[in-house]
Amino acid sequence: MKEKEMGLVVATNRLTEDIYAMEVRCKAAMTALPGQFCNLYMEDGAHLLPRPISICKINRTDSTLTFVYRVVGEGTKSFTKLAPNDSIALMGPLGNGFTDLDYTKPVLVGGGVGIPPMLGLCQALDGKCTVVLGYRNADTFLLEEFEKTGASVVIATDDGSLGTHGTVVDAMKEAGLSYDVIYSCGPKPMLRALKETAAGAKATCYVSMEERMACGVGACLGCVCETKDVDDHSKVHNTRICKDGPVFLAEEVVL
Amino acid sequence: MADMKVTLSGVELKNPVMTASGTFGSGVEYSEYVDLNRLGAVVTKGVADHPWTGNATPRVAEVAGGMLNAIGLQNPGIDTFLERDLPFLDDYDTVKIVNVCGHSTEEYLHVVRRLQDSSADLLEINISCPNVSEGGIAFGTNPKMVEEITRAIKKEAKQPIIMKLSPNVTDITEIAKAAEAGGADVLSMINTLTGMKIDVERQSFLLANKTGGMSGPAVHPIAVRMVYQTAQVVSIPIIGMGGIATWQDAVEMMLAGASAVSVGTANFYNPRATVDIIEGMEAYLERKGIASVTDLIGAVH
Ligand SMILES: Cc1cc2nc3c(=O)[nH]c(=O)nc-3n(C[C@H](O)[C@H](O)[C@H](O)COP(=O)(O)OP(=O)(O)OC[C@H]3O[C@@H](n4cnc5c(N)ncnc54)[C@H](O)[C@@H]3O)c2cc1C
Ligand SMILES: Cc1cc2nc3c(=O)[nH]c(=O)nc-3n(C[C@H](O)[C@H](O)[C@H](O)COP(=O)(O)O)c2cc1C
Ligand code: FES
Repeated sequence: MKEKEMGLVVATNRLTEDIYAMEVRCKAAMTALPGQFCNLYMEDGAHLLPRPISICKINRTDSTLTFVYRVVGEGTKSFTKLAPNDSIALMGPLGNGFTDLDYTKPVLVGGGVGIPPMLGLCQALDGKCTVVLGYRNADTFLLEEFEKTGASVVIATDDGSLGTHGTVVDAMKEAGLSYDVIYSCGPKPMLRALKETAAGAKATCYVSMEERMACGVGACLGCVCETKDVDDHSKVHNTRICKDGPVFLAEEVVL
Repeated sequence: MADMKVTLSGVELKNPVMTASGTFGSGVEYSEYVDLNRLGAVVTKGVADHPWTGNATPRVAEVAGGMLNAIGLQNPGIDTFLERDLPFLDDYDTVKIVNVCGHSTEEYLHVVRRLQDSSADLLEINISCPNVSEGGIAFGTNPKMVEEITRAIKKEAKQPIIMKLSPNVTDITEIAKAAEAGGADVLSMINTLTGMKIDVERQSFLLANKTGGMSGPAVHPIAVRMVYQTAQVVSIPIIGMGGIATWQDAVEMMLAGASAVSVGTANFYNPRATVDIIEGMEAYLERKGIASVTDLIGAVH
């Protein structure tokens, strides 16, 4: 049986002004795949819904997962108070993850807090890929870890303080990248632009989607996104991000 | 061991704990987290005569001690339900309660007829759906309409019918009496309470639908009060729900007058909530020396 479990915090780290990393020892680590996520819970009796956070790094040897998150509200703020040896309630791994990895020229694109899941994927690909990272400014996070994998890294920043001044798509053009697949996670406008760019280049494009969740397992139908065709499970133009995603072929979803 | 069995309109449940409609799909997803054979019953997500797309997202929002949802009754329609979802539950030793929704009396009746020869043990009729012919107001808010639709469904249904009441009314006992007069075999209550949440930074509604149904522990005292009041005026059994998350909540609901309980929102943050509640109730009965869980029903004094 799958279960909600108590994970043990083994390390925490502040990466930027508002981005934090937390390494958690948990059973979920033994089966997790890049692109999957875990539901983290506050367990304070008032905040009942899960905080879905992508799996950033997977360490099977130590049975740990690393989560990297931006502080945006009550939940993420409370996670920053956790210290090594504290416990945290979590459930996972959830969702499908990036599983179709048979390509020769993969490009991984992450924007903002869409960057963390790309590190796990980059490590799974042994760095044999190009990574395009979109940050707000030169206050980057996880950059050294991407470089350590040996992947070639391209950077875009909103304010131009590092790399290309502009979007990840601008950076891809500037770098003249050629690719047969794009794996991406980030804000919707970024995913929309990548879908178009990939279609123009006749490349496959995977997008990782985000929506507010309640159950995280596909039971409540809270977290749907619109699909191009009638979805096989729901029988309407809707699919569950938590269960059938969060990773989708870009052409299958309406962005 | 205390006797945990309860009977709802002739259907025996191994214990009084069931899932709440819409929070448990049709059992497939949570069957990986909890042994469905342990449950008194599984209540499935509302099903209509054809697939419903539901509302735009965001569909869920967190509020203190609870949540709002505006799923909009998305469902795959009765055909898929009969081919795929109900057969899945046939493999489990638990009572199957099928929740039915519709926009018009005809739509409800269509689903009820399709279920006549199915393996459903009981039907739960969600009358909180907007009634298209009455300009979108919910069936469940007008006693006359409740009595009429109950009578119409009772005539067609092969299984006992549970009428699920909306708490968004001035006096829920009037609605309960109307359902009983229309021939309801069982009542279930409460459905969600209409609420709203506004994001103060964006100065806009959190839910795309603006309003959503509130559920979770914060609504429990309201549900207990409504079940208690209703139990005083009807003689048919009541399935109590609304914020049940612990065995204490479940015992409280039965003391107020419920013959069984449904667990909804609690599944989301504790997938084992139903089984934890069953085990907690068993221990409570043992400790109190109570022979049968039915001794709790309406025992508050
Ligand atoms: C599949 C998935 C993976 C994610 N991965 C990451 C990640 O790796 N790093 C990261 O920083 N963020 C990630 N997010 C976003 C993250 O879930 C939210 O930032 C977080 O839930 C906010 O919680 P809060 O309590 O701080 O904010 P509050 O605004 O106080 O939260 C209130 C409620 O809204 C929900 N909520 C608020 N914002 C979001 C959002 N953007 N998406 C979904 N639910 C939200 C919360 O879960 C909570 O239930 C991911 C979201 C999804 C759906
Ligand atoms: C996400 C969600 C979906 C729901 N869907 C339905 C539904 O399809 N039909 C129905 O009769 N009630 C539905 N309900 C109401 C529940 O069955 C229950 O009456 C209510 O949530 C109160 O119980 P709780 O506080 O334990 O969740 C839904 C509730 C939630 C939270
Ligand atoms: S969060 Fe419940 S179906 Fe996705």
